Amino acid sequence: MPAAASDPAISVAGLVKHYGPTRAVDGLSFEVAPGEVFGLLGPNGAGKTTTVETLEGYRDPDLGTVRVLGLDPVRDAPALRPRIGVMLQEGGLYPGLKPLELLRLFAAYYDDAESPERLLDIVGLHDATNTAVRRLSGGQKQRLSLAAALIGRPEVVFLDEPTAGMDPHARATTWQLVRDLRDRGVTVLLTTHAMDEAEQLCDRVAIVTGGKLAALGSPAELTRHAVSDEIWFAAAPGLDVLAIARALGLGADGVVEDRVSEDRPGEYVIRAPGTPGRIADLACFLRDENVTLAALQAGRRSLEEVFLQITAEEAR
Amino acid sequence: MKTRALAAQTRAETILQLRRGENLVVTLAIPLGILVFFAKIDSVTTAGFAHPVDFLVPGVLSLAVMAAAMVSLGIATGFERRYGVLKRLGSTPLSRGGLLIAKTATVLGLEVLQILLVVVVGVAIGWHVPAGIVPAVGLLLLGTIAFAGIGMLMAGTLRAEANLAAANGLFLVLLFLGGMAYPLDKLPTALQDFAKALPAAALSETVRSVLSAQAFPTGELAVLLAWAIGAPVLAARYFRWEE
Repeated sequence: MPAAASDPAISVAGLVKHYGPTRAVDGLSFEVAPGEVFGLLGPNGAGKTTTVETLEGYRDPDLGTVRVLGLDPVRDAPALRPRIGVMLQEGGLYPGLKPLELLRLFAAYYDDAESPERLLDIVGLHDATNTAVRRLSGGQKQRLSLAAALIGRPEVVFLDEPTAGMDPHARATTWQLVRDLRDRGVTVLLTTHAMDEAEQLCDRVAIVTGGKLAALGSPAELTRHAVSDEIWFAAAPGLDVLAIARALGLGADGVVEDRVSEDRPGEYVIRAPGTPGRIADLACFLRDENVTLAALQAGRRSLEEVFLQITAEEAR
Repeated sequence: MKTRALAAQTRAETILQLRRGENLVVTLAIPLGILVFFAKIDSVTTAGFAHPVDFLVPGVLSLAVMAAAMVSLGIATGFERRYGVLKRLGSTPLSRGGLLIAKTATVLGLEVLQILLVVVVGVAIGWHVPAGIVPAVGLLLLGTIAFAGIGMLMAGTLRAEANLAAANGLFLVLLFLGGMAYPLDKLPTALQDFAKALPAAALSETVRSVLSAQAFPTGELAVLLAWAIGAPVLAARYFRWEE
């Protein structure tokens, strides 16, 4: 039956998967809307890859149901495979082929493939066309693997740790590619360890621990209620932390020490809620000292802090 | 299944096969080397063969098929399994059936090249192309199925390095016990009986009999058939696509 426009692109309902006595996935449920970029976050062994590989049709669920574009990834594989793109966590490339040869081969599997030359250019491998895959760097292999996932103009793309091993430039290229996919209405499910990646790219994320869903929502939603009682800012290294504490009126209770510290050179933590008054005091202090503010975070925790808190709670 | 995908897959597999130097040694250099070397030292002449090449060409054709179907196919497939290539292809529209068709076409293409070279070199050193070519090709195809089954069984169950060692080791054992470079009756009697149960001797003996118009060895054909059925069935049963 054709999927209606409002149907989810991906649905996972009560998924359970065992490996021997280990429950890799333990009753996981979530849905991904068409055109959404969805992130699966979780520590190693949380069941992210198992979930993704079940959606890709590599494994049968022990219990529960998974659907991609309304299709069963195993039973309806011949109908589904032309419509999805897959980037495995590692491997999947012929070591003896050159990048363009590999993309031309993959292009032949699909009816309306992208131009291999153009795609190679987009992922920034045009200068590696004469290098066999086995001699590419880890980041170059990742980019080729990403290109192979996109060559068939998929409607749904699965990216398992797409930027692992990439240098910052390649990471930026990959992020831009994912944003372009979203602009074209492609559904993306990615797993990542990098919280900045999830915050930058994902419309919604699911935090998974021990095969179970621990949190689900947009990065903004997940961080909204996590009120921080710290102010974090970055500026020139070596500022007088005691002077900062006094400027913010933190010496009133007699203990000035430890209220402000320079945790890493140029990165300061003020152990007090980021009220508007304190932020104004901090700004005045920096003006008086003629110090440029590089970054400021107050009132809301980063996704990374929320992630660490949730996964630590689950581990207890 | 799309012809374009099958053609591209066969082309890629063929390119990869030709790029592996060690593969060309096993599939081309060793069979041709054995043909020329053993023809020149003339140590194999047995009753019923006017010239060593009459004995050697059928044996070397069998050896070539064993190298292509078991060693070359098996080792390549084992490493594709190790590098996650087989897994990755599993989520493309190229089905497993399509991959097997492309691999079969690649092996057959290599075998055509091997047979041409063996025949050309054989003729150059005194072989006269006899009648019985058509049944010989049929037997070589049967041997291809048997050896491909063995190669794929090892490739789909062993670690890539173990598979590499096993395929090369088995190649050597089957060469020694295969009645390919010298007659089986040069072996100790107990070893002869063991060798006759193996697919290498069954293939070379049957090919030799149809190419030299000897009495057809029905027992050897039965052994070859058993391997051609048993090995692929076991491979299909135990092959794991991920290492």
